[in-house]
Amino acid sequence: MTPTTTPPAQAPARTGKPDGGAAARVRRRLSGTSAGLVAIVIAVVWTVPTAGLLVSSFRPAEQIRTTGWWTFFGSPEVTLDNYRDVLFGTSSDGQLATHFVNSFVITLPATVFVLVIAALAAYALSWIDFRGRDWIFLGIFALQIVPLQMSLVPLLSFFSQGVAIGETQILPAWELSGAMAFTNVWVAHTIFGLPLGIFLLHNFISQLPHTLFEAARVDGAGHGTIFLRIVLPLITPALVSLGIFQFLWVWNDLLVALIFTGGDNATAPLTVRLAELAGTRGEAWHRLTAGAFVSMVVPLVVFLLLQRYFVRGLLAGSVKG
Amino acid sequence: MEYSFLNDLPKVVWMIIGIAGFLAVIGLMLVVIDIPRTRRDRWQAALFLAPALILLIGGVVYPVLRTTMLSFYDRSGTEFVGLTNYLWMFQRPEILLVLRNTLLWVVFAPVLATAVGLLYAILIDRSRFESIAKSLVFMPMAISLVGASIIWRFVFAYRPADQEQYGLFNQIVVWLGGEPQLWLLDQPLNTFLLILVLIWVQAGFAMVVMSAAIKAIPSEIVEAARIDGAGAWQLFTRITLPSVWPTLLVVLVTITVQTLKVFDIVRTMTGGNYGTSVIANEMYSQAFQQGQVGQGSALAVFLFALVIPLVILQIRRTRKARELA
Repeated sequence: MTPTTTPPAQAPARTGKPDGGAAARVRRRLSGTSAGLVAIVIAVVWTVPTAGLLVSSFRPAEQIRTTGWWTFFGSPEVTLDNYRDVLFGTSSDGQLATHFVNSFVITLPATVFVLVIAALAAYALSWIDFRGRDWIFLGIFALQIVPLQMSLVPLLSFFSQGVAIGETQILPAWELSGAMAFTNVWVAHTIFGLPLGIFLLHNFISQLPHTLFEAARVDGAGHGTIFLRIVLPLITPALVSLGIFQFLWVWNDLLVALIFTGGDNATAPLTVRLAELAGTRGEAWHRLTAGAFVSMVVPLVVFLLLQRYFVRGLLAGSVKG
Repeated sequence: MEYSFLNDLPKVVWMIIGIAGFLAVIGLMLVVIDIPRTRRDRWQAALFLAPALILLIGGVVYPVLRTTMLSFYDRSGTEFVGLTNYLWMFQRPEILLVLRNTLLWVVFAPVLATAVGLLYAILIDRSRFESIAKSLVFMPMAISLVGASIIWRFVFAYRPADQEQYGLFNQIVVWLGGEPQLWLLDQPLNTFLLILVLIWVQAGFAMVVMSAAIKAIPSEIVEAARIDGAGAWQLFTRITLPSVWPTLLVVLVTITVQTLKVFDIVRTMTGGNYGTSVIANEMYSQAFQQGQVGQGSALAVFLFALVIPLVILQIRRTRKARELA
């Protein structure tokens, strides 16, 4: 585990008094042992279900079917067969390797698009003077509250039927097939990520010092140059935080993928395929346990390596939906 | 058919084309924008904002209007039916059950998740294992709700009484001398078991935010209270709780909004069967599985209407919390 938590939380000044937090005192007065016991119970309840699934995923299918995973420690027997089957087996086994690729193919562009488009908009809303700027910002801010359920039906019909007023077709349907079919999901995820993305980056970009831009202006730099050369490097930490959020959100999403990939195995990400396996093969635990971990490994790695940024983004108020 | 990466290669190629093409277009735009020597802020702003505005107007603003309109139309969106879809929502017993379930979720999930998060944050505050203890409880936030649901389905897995249990929950029941049950089919208990999954996921969020708020309490105040002879409970109710109260409300409302839109857990745990459906699941089922676009849209509008007051409350709270910070 990386020893990182909330930035201001680490290393409180321990000079003089050994510790003086209200919570710490409450904890101590609750008599150390019972408080510690409750904390341990919570930690166990929060960890054991995941541990059980992880242990099971390495047990032979026959044993998963007949005995509890807690018996594993009495007679440990480890195999990678479950992972091999669920990743590379036949398509009825899951063939999650394909869906693993799909998850990446969906998530990476949907993250890059949001970062770039949101940064451009946030810059314009912070540092270019034009009439109505505050109103546009307020409007985008307000869009954060719209549940994406409100967008699903019209957006799907836009992709499948285009736009028509009465009898006249204004925009044709997107008839994308093969690998190009991913474009629909990219666009949908980009749309749903933008309001929060613009809001967070605007908070950050608008607080850059004024003098920076005046100096660049005097040197004759235009908005394009200022954005590329000055703003982008300075907002990297904010981009990382937002990037992690968008990445995890898209990777973990079920609803948007379900609708905009149409549940098609050629484009469905891991979440969609796993939910499907859980529905049709609810008792095939050797596949489900290994499959669930295949879907978790990327978010867990991202989380453990970049927990600091993740928490920072969370505290900045970034929870979307 | 055995898996071969060659079949997936076109997808990866298309992804690279997509990202590279996108970056090339934006890069070109940024270069071209600086070519005119005179300053034309208005036009430049329009170019900077164009991608975002086109996507948001086409993908959110217009759809909101369109979905609202569709909620007053029949299943195919051709015939105006007035309030029929809304009356349907409040008259059909199966939809009333959906609304009742959503209410149960909203009443229990946010309060319990926040309570557990706050309690845990207090218990581990400044202890030796704080960062590891935090990671353990926070970890479920990182994984998908589909993954979390599979984890918990395995916990609730059922085998007939004459066989050995492999679901932890039923095994504990057996150890305690009970009969194993099909917990997820047992109404209305199953809804509470689904709520448990969301609490398990969201407590980590509550814990991290509450922990930051607890650490922001100035130690002078605590010191002063202690010198005045305040006990542990008094410290909690007079100092800790009032200090973190604004943050607590923000957390509570944030989780409530997430709870209203809960979909993945219901979908993966029960598929919305056995009396466990909620609004977001029913909306999906009506609009995308049964072809009832009007009824699905009415459910979406209702969900939106439920979220609005919460978000207004949230904005006020956030502002207040910032002022206090």
